[in-house]
Amino acid sequence: MAEKILFKYIDYPDQHKIDVYMKNGGYTALSKALKEFKPEELVEMVKKTNLRGRGGAGFPAGVKWSFLPKGINKPTYLIINADESEPGTFKDRQLMEYDPHQMIEGTIITSYAINCHTAFVYIRGEFTYCAEQTEKAINEAREKGFIGKNILGSGFDLDIHIFRGGGAYICGEETSLMESIEGWRAMSRQKPPFPAVEGLWGCPTIINNVETISNIPHIVNNGADWFASIGTEKSTGTKIYCLSGHINRPGNYELEMGVTLRELIYEYGGGIIDDKPLKAVIPGGSSVPILKADEIDINMDFESLAEKGSMLGSAGVIVMHDGACMVAALQKLTKFYEHESCGKCSPCREGTNWMDKILKRMLNGEGKPEDVDLLFDVAKNIMGNTVCPLGDAAAMPVMSFIEKFRDEFENLCNGGKPKGTIKFPFR
Amino acid sequence: MLSDSAKEKLAELKGKYPTKEASILPALHVVFEDCGYLSVDQMDEAADIIGVSRLDINETATFYTLFPKEKVGKYLIQVCDNLSCSLMGADSLVEYLQEKLDIKVGETTPDGLFTLWTVECLGSCGTAPMMQVNDRYYERLTRAKVDELIEKWRNTK
Ligand SMILES: Cc1cc2nc3c(=O)[nH]c(=O)nc-3n(C[C@H](O)[C@H](O)[C@H](O)COP(=O)(O)O)c2cc1C
Ligand code: FES
Repeated sequence: MAEKILFKYIDYPDQHKIDVYMKNGGYTALSKALKEFKPEELVEMVKKTNLRGRGGAGFPAGVKWSFLPKGINKPTYLIINADESEPGTFKDRQLMEYDPHQMIEGTIITSYAINCHTAFVYIRGEFTYCAEQTEKAINEAREKGFIGKNILGSGFDLDIHIFRGGGAYICGEETSLMESIEGWRAMSRQKPPFPAVEGLWGCPTIINNVETISNIPHIVNNGADWFASIGTEKSTGTKIYCLSGHINRPGNYELEMGVTLRELIYEYGGGIIDDKPLKAVIPGGSSVPILKADEIDINMDFESLAEKGSMLGSAGVIVMHDGACMVAALQKLTKFYEHESCGKCSPCREGTNWMDKILKRMLNGEGKPEDVDLLFDVAKNIMGNTVCPLGDAAAMPVMSFIEKFRDEFENLCNGGKPKGTIKFPFR
Repeated sequence: MLSDSAKEKLAELKGKYPTKEASILPALHVVFEDCGYLSVDQMDEAADIIGVSRLDINETATFYTLFPKEKVGKYLIQVCDNLSCSLMGADSLVEYLQEKLDIKVGETTPDGLFTLWTVECLGSCGTAPMMQVNDRYYERLTRAKVDELIEKWRNTK
């Protein structure tokens, strides 16, 4: 494994304080970026790394930045997406609580590269401690002259605001996030126009995930070729994988892109609790299609997972042993989407509700044999028929759980008892 | 009635963003911190201070589940019961809390000290099972840990 990049100092005492961060090499990239590079050179550099978004969709960051219109008379905004609400994902919180300056330095450099003078860090409402750590760090950076007017004598001005969410998963979706900042109910917007062209208050806006942005200082310090040499050809760099569920050593692991799921579970995660047989793994956060135990010899990068019909998503890896009933597990996820649907599109608003009802019926022993196909059909009709991808996110687990574990659904609907030993009551 | 310090914080939001409405969500946080929940009266007061319509603030507030709309206990206990936490025993944690506090999910103890809710994933799945109490996280919970915490809160009424 290559050296850790983002987590190199994550356990270092007091790394969240600016003096310690600077002692460990922090803010050298900022001064290098401002002194040695023109903004457009930085965009080119990030393009060359092929750094892909870590928030779920995997869009190349540099390419996104280059979509910003040139020569228009409107401000450009940068929003750092720290809404982190995809079940199974808990990496941005650790990055911000323990090493917030890394993200802030990335934010300042990115702002300079895209000619932005007001940046927002949108933090999910529940993350109070995380917001406090970030706010302290922003104040420290301001005192040192890294945020504010004429940063390091470069003539570049920037202010960074923290914006706290209100406990809604949909706010992680970029267009809903902008609605939320603007003060409205966070309901998604139709694209195009894309945010880079018409975003916050109708102005060009770039939205990037915390982990994506935390890579930027390291790229400036070490160069595009260095970054591109890590990971696989198309999925460059490292990735923070979040391991949770039935695993001996749950937690965040920063590893080179392309590590196998088997290594992740058995080497890094220390194997399955009580040495039980593995049953299934969700590899990229609750929204992505599930994998069976015999599918874990797979590289954890964007392409390899897509080839197998799943996705890297946010890299939230949820591990389940044979004590888990797949119908009950799916109901936990489905009620989440039912709760979090913003209500704008009827397929998602009504469909998630119906799926949850059908699943509850099955778990109550009231399922009818035709319910399995009905459930699949509802999911299929949500897929691709909504303004934002929350609908797909709700449909994909349902379809993949049924495809891979159909016998468990049928068994329940034909009078059988739920498989597994874990108690999973539902509300 | 909002406290003076809350009113001050609300007044500071004026002019901070390009539109007045952008202060709505920050204003809701101020009201929530001040009162522990959002009542229509308090939201109206906040709307008047930041200069937005009372309807707008109410419409936005009802979208967000972070803010209780009715009075809750002094300690609002929110147990995550999404998948990773459920796999690690969130449910027996909820049952234990129900027994210990002698209330059901969604209820408040008669002394007004504790409210028990279940909520969706709180971004702490690697340290499951977990709960949020007011604005803090309590992770890798065991019955012994819960006993200790509840005892502490009962004694610091
Ligand atoms: C329902 C939904 C929830 C999302 N939640 C998040 C989130 O919590 N954090 C995040 O960074 N991106 C989230 N995204 C992805 C964002 O819309 C956006 O693609 C991302 O923030 C862009 O940053 P990146 O290119 O650096 O990944 C979500 C998308 C959807 C559809
Ligand atoms: S599933 Fe409980 S914190 Fe994520």
